[in-house]
Amino acid sequence: MKMDMTTQGIQAAQPYVAAKSSTASKVVARGVNVHYGEKHALKDVSVDVPDQAVMAFIGPSGCGKSTFLRCINRMNDTIPICRVTGKIEIDSKDIYDPSLDVVQLRARVGMVFQKPNPFPKSIYENVAYGPRIHGLAKSKTDLDEIVQTSLEKAGLFKEVKDRLNDSGTGLSGGQQQRLCIARAIAVSPDVILMDEPCSALDPIATAKIEELIDELRSNFCIIIVTHSMQQAARVSQRTAFFHLGILVEEGETETIFTNPRDERTRDYITGRFG
Amino acid sequence: MTAVYFITLACLVIAGYFIAAQRAKSLRAAPGAAFHSLPTYHGMLAAVSLFVPMVLVFAIGTPIVKHLATSSVFSFFPPEVANDPLQRGVVLRDVGNILDGRHQGEPSATLRSAATSFAHVLSTGRLIVLGAGVALGIASLLLVLSRISATFRARNLFERFVIAALVLCALVAILTTIGIVFSVVWETYRFFFDPTLKGRPTVTDFLFGTEWNPQAALRADQGDIKTAYGFIPLLTGTLLITFIAILVAGPLGLFSAIYLSEYATPRFRAWAKPILEILAGIPTVVLGFFAALTVAPLIRGWGESFGLDIASESALAAGLVMGMMIIPFISSLSDDVINAVPQSLRDGAYALGATKSETIKKVVLPAALPGIVSAFMLAISRAIGETMIVVMAAGLAANLTLNPLDAVTTITVQIKTILVGDQEFDSAKTLAAFALGFVLFFVTLVLNIIAQQIVRRYREQYD
Repeated sequence: MKMDMTTQGIQAAQPYVAAKSSTASKVVARGVNVHYGEKHALKDVSVDVPDQAVMAFIGPSGCGKSTFLRCINRMNDTIPICRVTGKIEIDSKDIYDPSLDVVQLRARVGMVFQKPNPFPKSIYENVAYGPRIHGLAKSKTDLDEIVQTSLEKAGLFKEVKDRLNDSGTGLSGGQQQRLCIARAIAVSPDVILMDEPCSALDPIATAKIEELIDELRSNFCIIIVTHSMQQAARVSQRTAFFHLGILVEEGETETIFTNPRDERTRDYITGRFG
Repeated sequence: MTAVYFITLACLVIAGYFIAAQRAKSLRAAPGAAFHSLPTYHGMLAAVSLFVPMVLVFAIGTPIVKHLATSSVFSFFPPEVANDPLQRGVVLRDVGNILDGRHQGEPSATLRSAATSFAHVLSTGRLIVLGAGVALGIASLLLVLSRISATFRARNLFERFVIAALVLCALVAILTTIGIVFSVVWETYRFFFDPTLKGRPTVTDFLFGTEWNPQAALRADQGDIKTAYGFIPLLTGTLLITFIAILVAGPLGLFSAIYLSEYATPRFRAWAKPILEILAGIPTVVLGFFAALTVAPLIRGWGESFGLDIASESALAAGLVMGMMIIPFISSLSDDVINAVPQSLRDGAYALGATKSETIKKVVLPAALPGIVSAFMLAISRAIGETMIVVMAAGLAANLTLNPLDAVTTITVQIKTILVGDQEFDSAKTLAAFALGFVLFFVTLVLNIIAQQIVRRYREQYD
């Protein structure tokens, strides 16, 4: 078994050529390599992410899926030893172009993290933070409206409308995560990256977030990294399977889960490793 | 004799440890024995069971012996001698001199026999104490040895001793604090309300008087006593210097903390932070002469070139150097609290498209604010309590002024000035130091309480 996997690893080291999808691709990656110091964390990844859909990245721990996610809004820039090569385009614009302002990129590519990380400010201020720093609201009324719509879209408004001035850290874990989603939505990004957004939540809060992701799909391009294959199957339209820094297989979620082409994908989704 | 006692004690304790440990070990070696405690614990228990009674016997026995020896001396003298403290002291000194062989001239027969009796009672008594201590110690050791068995809970008993020792240590610190507070409060009370004290001010005079001149009140017929203990000039002096110090140290300390924690490379930080902390290790007396000999003349020189008349001892010089002194408190503590802000908050801000400086200003600093405030509070209490720099650089003149170019004085400097040299402790002047100390203590206490409250809130902030 171990022998088998090694040989397959060599085969799959060939660049994976993404299938041309019918809908317009929002994010296009070609030959992306990431090194953390000496470690080659991501090997030659190429993938197309469609707009107005949810794409799931699955794979065992340390397979590079989160690393790749963090390349899409250049969060890896904050890690000094990290080096990214290759090309990632959003709406056909290279995001690693030196003339591009990373701050503006991140305004267009929102991110939700594994552990809810609301700022230790009021609920209102949490959501208003992004619009404020980007000058999106012309007046107080404008800002109020942005905050309200964002909270509504994140399905949190009803629960918190009477306590917008309470601290965001006082909410429950699931509410905090929805607050973080509202915060990300508030700057009206094109793409939302979610890095295991439910891994710190209980099943009920998870179900709410998943429902929310499904609703948000119509307006955003969503990429979600998840450890839960059921979650990937439930919320995503396309799925990419990563293993040992390599993108092994990518396609329609249904195909990946019912009829994977690669044996490693099959082993992983049937729970034989990972 | 004391040395003999403690050497015996040490030998017995070591011996007791090994005997008990050995005994436990040999019993443990027996087949089928499931010992509750390790041999070490049996040894330790034996050691403390020796140590505690022996120390107690010494602590109680020695004063008793001393007392008995002294009373044996006075059995040779009429009761008047024993009851007059002065004569009593003379006799005891003479006895001591005879025993040391330093007595001038030929001592009287009574004195000589008193001395012999004193020496006799003392040496017998000490032997008895030694004997009693060793006997009690060994008895309690034997008790422990006899109880060593598989089920004997030596570990639990020994740990109880350890807890008792810890409690004792904590009590010493607490009782010392309480003692200091009480002594200060009591002397302050005397300063204001002791009817036998001449020239004492009323509380209102003290708290609201605008003239400080304790020298004038040495005698009741000297000077204007009513205004001699006005505390306001000292308070303004203290606050002025503290304010200047914070004005210097606040921005410098905070900004260097932000640089160190957010922008500096780890390598730079690794050597820059310790250097900043060395600044806190410079004795304030060194900073004081730096202020008096370097900074103050420099400021005076600059002032002259601008046509300003600056006193050679100025609040500005003292404040500047004191500011340097408290920079490390602010920078080091702020750096710690800024570092304690979780990376996830920074990531959250970056992911929203915030720049580094926006993240620091709007997310990191607000999250760290309570900690930063408490760092400031600690720095302020340090500045208020600082003496040496001010003594050297700010002068002694109790000017009621807010001009930083004038000489001013502070509460701490006045306490030091009042208490330096020989003082009688029943004059209002001396007791004024305690009143000042009380006020100082009160101010720093309030600041510390505020700081602690803020720190407590800080702990609940994120999580």
